[in-house]
Amino acid sequence: MCDTCGCNITRGNQHLIAPGGKLHKTEQGNEALSVLKNLLSENDHMAAHNREHFDRHGVFAVNLMSSPGAGKTSLLEASVDALSDRYRIAVIEGDLETENDAQRIRSRGVEAVQITTGSACHLDAHMVHDALHQLKLEDVDILFIENVGNLVCPASFDLGQHRNVTLLSVPEGDDKPSKYPVIFRAADLVALTKVDLLPVLDDFSTQRACDNVRALANTSPVLELSVKQSDTMEAWLEWLDQEVEYHRQRCQRGETLQPRIQPDGARLHALAT
Amino acid sequence: MHELSICQALIDQVEVLAREQRARRVLSLVVGVGPLSGVEGRLLKQAYPVAAAGTLAEGSELDIEDRPIRVHCKSCGEDSDATANRLVCAFCGDWRTDLISGDELVLTRVEFVREQTYV
Repeated sequence: MCDTCGCNITRGNQHLIAPGGKLHKTEQGNEALSVLKNLLSENDHMAAHNREHFDRHGVFAVNLMSSPGAGKTSLLEASVDALSDRYRIAVIEGDLETENDAQRIRSRGVEAVQITTGSACHLDAHMVHDALHQLKLEDVDILFIENVGNLVCPASFDLGQHRNVTLLSVPEGDDKPSKYPVIFRAADLVALTKVDLLPVLDDFSTQRACDNVRALANTSPVLELSVKQSDTMEAWLEWLDQEVEYHRQRCQRGETLQPRIQPDGARLHALAT
Repeated sequence: MHELSICQALIDQVEVLAREQRARRVLSLVVGVGPLSGVEGRLLKQAYPVAAAGTLAEGSELDIEDRPIRVHCKSCGEDSDATANRLVCAFCGDWRTDLISGDELVLTRVEFVREQTYV
């Protein structure tokens, strides 16, 4: 997104490229060039393009990330059922193989595009862009992007979404945020799913899970959900309602929003210009 | 898994720079990698020769510079070292911190040989 303005120069590494810093000097005989280029800039550029598409059509885009089997598709099914009378919803599904998840969503009467990544362990902005060609964005209020089930790689790729939601299901254990800090740090909302299993999986502490998220300096809401207990879904649906409304207001003001994974870059960019 | 595709993006950027600088050959690169970038420097190094083959960077060296995790405390205002899953202030223990280093994945330096001009 930004190769030249220096927004990759953070307070922690500025000294390296300052005169006298070890990346500033050229070595004898050969020439060296100090550059600060974000290696994901090609992806970020495409992600920004996707985000412009979303904003132009007033679409609020949410990226759902979790390990396989944490309940992303089930959460989407329940959300579609609860929200489709007031929002027009579309879903992009990412999996290595099969159309199964897209079919589950389509059976709810909602448009779903399946991306099969083959062996790729995450979605990237280009894959999402290709999938967008199969959707009529002018007919969409909320786009859910269900990432490939993986707690590692999806965290590194901006897709153009406005918000990241990371799911942690009760059977996985409450220490997952500590084990996979990158993805839980990137979450704008952490959903503890399958909480109906808490009585039998009593070694899972929702308080510990929350504390582990807070230890990543993440201030985002941590919700306890079960698609089998409809009363637990209220907070999630309220969050979505609120986010859709905020996004509508932002679009009217000509503003956009990036998920919390990029705030430092945006802030430093503002300082550099 | 995605280290190879990141190496390919790296080579693309290096080739653009090399052409701008009229470089004949790229000798070495330095890439800064923070633990919270989600990318493993060691795997980047392994993938690099494959991605560099057949480009101006073929045979060049990739050096990985590990970046420290540092946080700025919004409560007490101090900067301190932290670890990937404990981004709390080392001074007052508050978790309301800003990451100031440790999530970078940046190409910081390229060393190359320029084309020689003969008169």
